[in-house]
Amino acid sequence: MTDQPATSGSRPRIGLFVTCLADLFRPSVAFAAVKLLEDAGCDIEVPPGQTCCGQPAYNSGDDASAKRLARAVIDAFEGFDHVVAPSGSCAGMIRVHYPKLLGGDAAYARRAEQLAAKTHELTSFLTDVMGVGAIAGRLERAAAYHDSCAGLRELGVRAQPRQLLGGIEGLELRELAEPDACCGFGGTFSVKYPDISGAIADEKAEQITQTGAPLVLGGDLGCLMNIAGRLKRRGSRVEVRHVAEVLAGDLDTPPIGEGD
Amino acid sequence: MHADTRHFRQAAGKALIDGQLQKALGNVKRGFIAKRAKARDALPEFDRLRDEARDIKIHTLAHLDLYLSRFEDKVKAAGGQVHWAETEAEAREAVLEICRAAGAKTVTKGKSMITEEIGLNAFLEQSELKVVETDLGEYLVQIRGETPSHIIAPAVHLNKEQIEHDFRERHKDLPPERQLSDPVQLVAEARQVLRQAFISADVGITGANFLIAETGQTVIVTNEGNGDLTQTLPKVHIVMASIEKAVPTLEDASTLIRVLARSATGQEISTYTTFSAGPRREGDPDGPQEFHVVLLDNGRSSVLGGPFQDMLRCIRCGACLNHCPIYQHVGGHAYGSVYPGPMGSVLTPLLQGVQEAAHLPYACTLCGRCEAVCPERIALPDMLRRWRARDFAAKPPLAGAKPALKLWAALAACPRAYQLVTGAAIRLLALLGGRKGRIGRLPLMGAWTKHRDLPAPQGQSFLAQWKAGRRK
Repeated sequence: MTDQPATSGSRPRIGLFVTCLADLFRPSVAFAAVKLLEDAGCDIEVPPGQTCCGQPAYNSGDDASAKRLARAVIDAFEGFDHVVAPSGSCAGMIRVHYPKLLGGDAAYARRAEQLAAKTHELTSFLTDVMGVGAIAGRLERAAAYHDSCAGLRELGVRAQPRQLLGGIEGLELRELAEPDACCGFGGTFSVKYPDISGAIADEKAEQITQTGAPLVLGGDLGCLMNIAGRLKRRGSRVEVRHVAEVLAGDLDTPPIGEGD
Repeated sequence: MHADTRHFRQAAGKALIDGQLQKALGNVKRGFIAKRAKARDALPEFDRLRDEARDIKIHTLAHLDLYLSRFEDKVKAAGGQVHWAETEAEAREAVLEICRAAGAKTVTKGKSMITEEIGLNAFLEQSELKVVETDLGEYLVQIRGETPSHIIAPAVHLNKEQIEHDFRERHKDLPPERQLSDPVQLVAEARQVLRQAFISADVGITGANFLIAETGQTVIVTNEGNGDLTQTLPKVHIVMASIEKAVPTLEDASTLIRVLARSATGQEISTYTTFSAGPRREGDPDGPQEFHVVLLDNGRSSVLGGPFQDMLRCIRCGACLNHCPIYQHVGGHAYGSVYPGPMGSVLTPLLQGVQEAAHLPYACTLCGRCEAVCPERIALPDMLRRWRARDFAAKPPLAGAKPALKLWAALAACPRAYQLVTGAAIRLLALLGGRKGRIGRLPLMGAWTKHRDLPAPQGQSFLAQWKAGRRK
């Protein structure tokens, strides 16, 4: 870990990697991330030219495009103390995959490693780097939690969001029958094999329903849009939200896939 | 054996609406996953053993020529014979020649995926030999004219009602009043038929989980004991194995067996772990008169030293299949390849060429659970991505999703154009979402909205709002 420790008196400079889905579909997630990071004592900057981490290209085998986007992200973000994304899969892309992708690039290989070492998924950054224990709040509700695959297996994010949510009074977290299982999104997989993706998403929706919780939380918008999309198609009234929104106390914004 | 992998989409679609199959696939989850987890939790050093297992295979593959020739020397010294087969055809011919030389009429077989890979049964049957699978699952699949749907549980796609039906149809002397409704009765019926085959067989063919260079032994791990009868009763025993099954020492084999059984079935060790070392020696109470090992390459040696070498570490436990969300939902047959699931989607393009198997690397959400449970810690998702990269590079510019991906990437590389285009798109989508906040059907996004609504965007992008000074 090459991260700077959170020392009192010096506020770390954070480059917020908004992620394309939060930017385009759900800005409330990014605003929530900003609030959480500021409350934890960080200074936030949002590099204006950011777009996408390159994951769709990378996972589709378009390495040339993925490299081009990765280099742009490195250029825009390498000057910060830390880079934080409200997504395990985008943070995982930078942290785990950029160094592999750019390993043969003389100008960028080292820079990719350096950026990787200081890039974090939001909840794990708050707990593991900033030392936040639990976040105070109040929500009289039971909630299921969906662990996203990339966050869980690439970054080891499992306990961190639960720890943060532990400070929300009245919130009762319920575990899914198969917390390690994929929701069926898989990026372009969801449109390449819609029937299989739909069947997997349906099983996830079923397990969420079985918890009896009226709310499901998670840390990745890709999964959450898939889960919400399937729940709504089934006619479910279970609400879907990004964990950052609940932690930041934003419950006024309509849940994912719901109107005003 | 070139199974058809090109119709994965249709086959998967059928599998998803096959109620019987879906019921049977439930057993994969309930059985394998829970049992593996329990076995892992009961062994604190399990993850350390996985590291050891990985290191043994890495070392062996780096010196594979050495260990294979040492193995060959030991087999010969024990009175056995080793036949090197570069191709599927050479392997089939080698087996047939041994059978002919033995004047064989009936061949029994223990479970062996390599014989599936080379299409051995059909070939031997064309050559007028009677071939009987003796692993219960393999036997069921054989009498149904199917192929295994799982590398360690060949008939996992079947339920007991189907099996009863198949037995009544095919076992002609079965009295109609015989009860066959529970598994014990089914096993008893299979046993009765297989006993006859064991006794009448001239040649027994088994696979091998490991080939031990130090001792010249071949090892099979089974749960039914059929492998032992297959290899000890006939006068000729043929072991079919691919070259990457070699391990240096008996100790190494023991380490691998410890992770194999736990990863596969959640057992500490399989019911039978059988070591074979050559033909019957003087004074031995039983054993074959001839002992042959057919070593199959089938493209594996050209994988050595390349980006897919790690795939040769695979010990065929099936854990990646069991934990794969795609396999869990469509089963093994949909893949159309001998080896299904994540390991199959990496291996099949290596064996058949990426053109033949181009769909397989995409049959994956990259969820990473396969890698997380692999006893050899093979980076399966990375390898599937590598196949996708090769496929992408080989595709013409306008093929499939290539133009859309290229367009997205070009846009994302140009922030101003990106913000202009995506800004307009999300305003439109927000409008379409209306007060419901979601879209049920969308032109061009039919694949998404077929089974899901599309949550509508909130309206304006975060970056635009941030630029305009909004901070919360």
